[in-house]
Amino acid sequence: MRKILLTAFTLGFAALSGAALNAAEETVLRLTLEDGKFAPAELRAPANRAFTLTVRNAGKAAMEFESKGLKLEKVIAAGAEQSLHVRPMKPGRYAFVDEFNEDVAKGALIVE
Amino acid sequence: MLGALIIVFREVIEAGLIVGIVLAVTRGVPRRGFFVAGGVAAGVLGACLLAIFAKEIAGALEGMGQELFNAGVLILASCMLAWHNIWMASHGREMAAELRGVGQEVAEGGKDLTALAIVVAVAVLREGSEVVLFLYGVAASGKETVGAMLAGGAAGVALGAALSALMFYGLVKIPAKTLFGVTTALITFLAAGMASQSVVYLQQAGLVEAWSRTLWNTSALLPDDSMIGRVLHVLFGYVDQPSGMQVAVYLVALIGIFLATRAAAPKPPAPSLKVAKS
Repeated sequence: MRKILLTAFTLGFAALSGAALNAAEETVLRLTLEDGKFAPAELRAPANRAFTLTVRNAGKAAMEFESKGLKLEKVIAAGAEQSLHVRPMKPGRYAFVDEFNEDVAKGALIVE
Repeated sequence: MLGALIIVFREVIEAGLIVGIVLAVTRGVPRRGFFVAGGVAAGVLGACLLAIFAKEIAGALEGMGQELFNAGVLILASCMLAWHNIWMASHGREMAAELRGVGQEVAEGGKDLTALAIVVAVAVLREGSEVVLFLYGVAASGKETVGAMLAGGAAGVALGAALSALMFYGLVKIPAKTLFGVTTALITFLAAGMASQSVVYLQQAGLVEAWSRTLWNTSALLPDDSMIGRVLHVLFGYVDQPSGMQVAVYLVALIGIFLATRAAAPKPPAPSLKVAKS
């Protein structure tokens, strides 16, 4: 019984990581935080399609990329790069910030 | 200094509300101070470790380590809260009746508190790591003196703790008889909110794709990063733009814990029937 459960679990996990891999093959948009500001400050993305947003933190301190509209929240260490999975979104303007520095470090993703 | 104050205040409130509820729930249980303080200490220690290893955790598991960690932590806390409710329903009535039980109930109460100590630790861990990273960032950027930053941070902790204390005293003002019912309900909402928040991280990791559309948007009416929004977020899991899956998991957790708690109670208690009628 335990073996069956274990196999089921492994298969389930394999399927899940497969889904994560598929997500990585989609369109990739890039964003960099440098000197406390996002470059570019505005990005454009197609509507109703999932894509990957790669955020590079070129600053000296950790940042937290956050977008309430996109429902993303991720800590990115100084000098590190992280890929975020963005779900299919309706057209609109979705603001994002570095939560640790939100007065200056802000930008928006325009989905159209 | 203001920046440090605001961000520390924000995070302390989120963890503090949970600690306040746990303290209210465990009123009269022996050795609760030990468990709650232990939970807070473990949380602070964990938060520092989490901040130090942020890069490694984020990079783990195909770059989704952070999401899976957050989701796992929330699911664990949610399960612990649910288990506490169910345990209290089956054993706690005698304890609630005598409130300061002795003998075997002390042992049982002690055993039960481990679950709540884990919840406290996890809450402090989650919010604390952000504070550590943020303060470290401020220090590294050299924009503020360390003194100003620490003053802001300390003020944030004090204000957050004060608000949490208000919540705690509000709760303990409730008569012991009804307190049990109120805290059971609060914990159910708390657990459902955490379960639904774990969905956000699983969606972010790309592991949950179904029902990802936003169901409603009340961000104009009550933004969830406003003060009231944050408190409601911690207590009831309020979000201003929830996805379908978030709402579904919230409802399933809420109803599931409610039914399990009711089923665990030996008999429908007479007092609650009276309350229902009046």
